[in-house]
Amino acid sequence: MVIDYNVGNVESVCKAFKHIGCQVTLSRHPADIERAEGLVLPGVAAFGYAIQALGDAAGPVRQAALAGKPLLGICVGYQLLFDSSSEYGEHRGLGLVSGQVVPIPAGRVIPHMGWNRVDLPKDMGLFAGLGDARYFYFAHSFYARITDPLARTAHSDYGFSLPAAVQKGTIYGTQFHPEKSSHQGLAVLRNFHEICKQS
Amino acid sequence: MLAKRIIPCLDVKDNRVVKGVNFLNLRDAGDPVELGARYSDTGADELVFLDITATIRSRRTIVELVKRVAENVFIPFTVGGGISQVDQIDELLRSGAEKVSINTAAVQNPALIAESAKRFGSQCVVLAIDARRSKTRPGHWQVCVKAGTEPTDIDVVEWARQGQDRGAGEILLTSMDADGTCAGYDNELNRAVHDAVTIPVIASGGAGQLDHLYDAIVVGHADAVLMASITHFGDYTIRQMKEYLAGRGLPMNL
Repeated sequence: MVIDYNVGNVESVCKAFKHIGCQVTLSRHPADIERAEGLVLPGVAAFGYAIQALGDAAGPVRQAALAGKPLLGICVGYQLLFDSSSEYGEHRGLGLVSGQVVPIPAGRVIPHMGWNRVDLPKDMGLFAGLGDARYFYFAHSFYARITDPLARTAHSDYGFSLPAAVQKGTIYGTQFHPEKSSHQGLAVLRNFHEICKQS
Repeated sequence: MLAKRIIPCLDVKDNRVVKGVNFLNLRDAGDPVELGARYSDTGADELVFLDITATIRSRRTIVELVKRVAENVFIPFTVGGGISQVDQIDELLRSGAEKVSINTAAVQNPALIAESAKRFGSQCVVLAIDARRSKTRPGHWQVCVKAGTEPTDIDVVEWARQGQDRGAGEILLTSMDADGTCAGYDNELNRAVHDAVTIPVIASGGAGQLDHLYDAIVVGHADAVLMASITHFGDYTIRQMKEYLAGRGLPMNL
């Protein structure tokens, strides 16, 4: 199930899941969140806007994730998983994974936009069957500095080691856009779908 | 490090993909929905869709067509042609585009660049420039508008710099002299613009051989190469282009 809130790329994410044969419900109602096999939090927007737009759906999403329902955050939806962000003011996130969303350090082109190579750890379910490294499509100016000892991470090189994906239990997130990352992106969504079916 | 991008371009007129030489003598190149799906499926890094009719009457059909193309496109998708208002951008982004390219309207109303960047983010705003070598000032190019039919006295390098300052996230730079000739990109132009800005430059116009792509990136310093004739008419597949460039040491998403 894809969480419906007023941010960009919601439609693209739904379309990509449908393309891989997944049944998609676009909703923000607690009953639908309760019923879903898995939850997807998309998002192209500023962090403060996104957390506000998520509004009263934040509680049910958070509770479902803590209860073990698979959750996938994408781009800003991924950033919302963390404790806080400093994008245009200080904002609190969902606090599901410890870490802060901070600006990409100066000294390189910002936004980080385009295809970058992500090293894929063997133990991250999202990347099953994808090999050691693949290119994914990124478009962002802030990134998550992950401090959670229980989180597994995948990284990309952008003149520093840039966290590109996270997994903590059944909470998953990608800074890149799997829905816009060609075959390898669709494979990530397929893996998430499998994870949902199994849990 | 970011991969260099291969971007096929669909010039669309009356619901068909067409391609000409120096913006003239258009040839049919297929169905945009089919071609878009094929490019997304065969490894293109992005797709550009340019509505080259772009009359007011055709706007509604274009939005519908963009939706249908986007349905099968799982790579970043840029739409351009005849965009002059923020509301049109909003509609196209909601129809499945990630970015829009603005050309003539940005020249007529430069504030549109800032306005769109502020509302949708710079990453959504591509400034498209049609450039023609100046006959009177060697080493300079003039900006042309209205699908290349109207030359202005604006200097291309200066305009690119201004576009960046106003919030454009990328420059789509088409050499009208090279367009459709398959004789190679204008790398003097690509380099002059690249050196003047920090945002990515997409080189466009002139691709005919694999080494043209390499030269645009290495000699012209382009971050991405856009092509139409070379791939629509089946000369090379996207994969052949990428393997060639990767073989010559460039970072490619393969």
